[in-house]
Amino acid sequence: MIVSRTPLSTRLWAAAIWVLVGFFVLNLAGLIGSVVTSSFATRWLGTWLPAGFTTKWYFAAWDEFQLGDVLWVTFQVVGSVVALAGLFGVPAAYALARRDFPGKKAVLLLLLLPLLVPPVTYGIPLATVLYKSGLGGSLAGVILANLVPTVPFVVLVMIPFIEQIDPRIESAARVFGANTLKVFIYVLVPILLPGVLAALLLVLVRTIAMFELTFLVAGPGSQTLVVALYYAVFAAGVRAVQSIDAMAVIYMVTTLVWLIIALRFVNPTQIVARAKRSNT
Amino acid sequence: MTAASSAARDSGPTLAQRLRIRGLDGVTLLVVPCVLLAIALFVYPFFYGLWLSFQPKNGGAALTNYQRFFTEPFLSKTIWTTLRLALPVTLLNLFLAVPIAFRVRLMKRQRLLTTILVLPITLGTVLIAEGMLFYFGPQGWLTRTLMWLGVISQPLHVVHTYWGVFLSLVIAIFPFTFLLTLSYVTGIDPSLEQAAATLGASPAARFREIFLPLLLPGLAITFCLSFVQAFSVLPSAVLVGDPANTTRVISIAAYQAAFEEYDYSLASAIAMIMGAVQLMVVVVVLGGRTLLYRGPVAAAKG
Repeated sequence: MIVSRTPLSTRLWAAAIWVLVGFFVLNLAGLIGSVVTSSFATRWLGTWLPAGFTTKWYFAAWDEFQLGDVLWVTFQVVGSVVALAGLFGVPAAYALARRDFPGKKAVLLLLLLPLLVPPVTYGIPLATVLYKSGLGGSLAGVILANLVPTVPFVVLVMIPFIEQIDPRIESAARVFGANTLKVFIYVLVPILLPGVLAALLLVLVRTIAMFELTFLVAGPGSQTLVVALYYAVFAAGVRAVQSIDAMAVIYMVTTLVWLIIALRFVNPTQIVARAKRSNT
Repeated sequence: MTAASSAARDSGPTLAQRLRIRGLDGVTLLVVPCVLLAIALFVYPFFYGLWLSFQPKNGGAALTNYQRFFTEPFLSKTIWTTLRLALPVTLLNLFLAVPIAFRVRLMKRQRLLTTILVLPITLGTVLIAEGMLFYFGPQGWLTRTLMWLGVISQPLHVVHTYWGVFLSLVIAIFPFTFLLTLSYVTGIDPSLEQAAATLGASPAARFREIFLPLLLPGLAITFCLSFVQAFSVLPSAVLVGDPANTTRVISIAAYQAAFEEYDYSLASAIAMIMGAVQLMVVVVVLGGRTLLYRGPVAAAKG
């Protein structure tokens, strides 16, 4: 689009924006690079690069923070949240996309509110309720708390996706005698699968990174990786800083792998554009 | 299952037909589990918290907690502290995101750059905080580079100040703001711009007259969704901020009341005030939106 006839001011403006992007990316790389370098460092005081490199901090972090347990808890929480969010969210999105019923606006508002209210605001009353009912600090409590923002997220992402599927495909299946179950298994599941996978991958990344809610609800045995990392940084001083960094790198790699998988399936701009249209 | 339950509920075909005309049938019932879940996990705790906030821990009038919040500067100041962080961060992110999104829109291979810019989403505020302690610290690479270049003679005081939290929030929230903005920008029909260009409008005029009016409603929503994230800042305010003083945000106050003083009543009151302030900002921004143009921005997309 940009041809050589573009005026100087436009080119200067473009250059300024690229410098800005470069500056942001450079600092980001430096920030991540410091943590990664430190996690492999033997001793790093007052120099550009550490004195030597080692992988021992990864083993130290694994033992010190019981990372095996923490990763298992994270896996259980994230797996359950993803499955339940899909189970609750997708059928509701289907109903909201296909039917116009009285009170639909109220339902949409009910689902939009958890995304518009800061997690700490409903997290504290929710934590109180969960502790009262004996679920506070347990794995189930953490899973329930994480469902609050993720189910509405799945619904709002899926509604526009379902709306763009021609309802005549389902009608055609019904004309040929398929009942609801058969329509669901042979028609809807194959068509919806890409959208559902995309939404659930985003839920997965969100849940791994969800700090506030998990932090408020989790007990000693139900901390996910991000909360364990927070406590490690918060109570730093007693432990070698490198082993905390090793843990941070493990956390980053865990999320990064899933994000890259998600981005292979989803065009990030489109998924937000779809979510956007449902919000307006 | 749903078909059976709807059949059981409807007493006769006429009622079922009447309901179906209004949009109520087996498919509609699929929304019920989701609504029940939202009521159990969001609405009920919310009202429970509201009720609890009127039941002070040590007895007294119903509004004791709210009175305490607004009379003790240690508590009431947190609203201002939070807004002073969240509003500039959100605005700066928007001002950065719009021009970058306009550049990225013209690129053939957007995917790589988008992925790099979205990367901080995976880091989470905790890792960003940890990285900032290193990178901006007195022995960090940034300080070293700047001192080597002779730009500064003393190490920067970024970490454990207001600016530490500010920067960490900019890094953490920018990807989200950028993605939303990019999707709004790419959603605008390019032929509108071409038409303006054909008629001789300069790039600045095209932005001002064509894009900005179309973009503002979307930017208002982007502002709200980004603001929620900045407003509930907790980990970075503690880890890279000055949590006793200039970055004692409202969520720290709520957390301390709940889990250090075990005063759930006061904590709920603070949470309610927090939600109210947040929603007020959203209402002001979205209320302003109704004054703007609302309508199709792309011929093919509607």
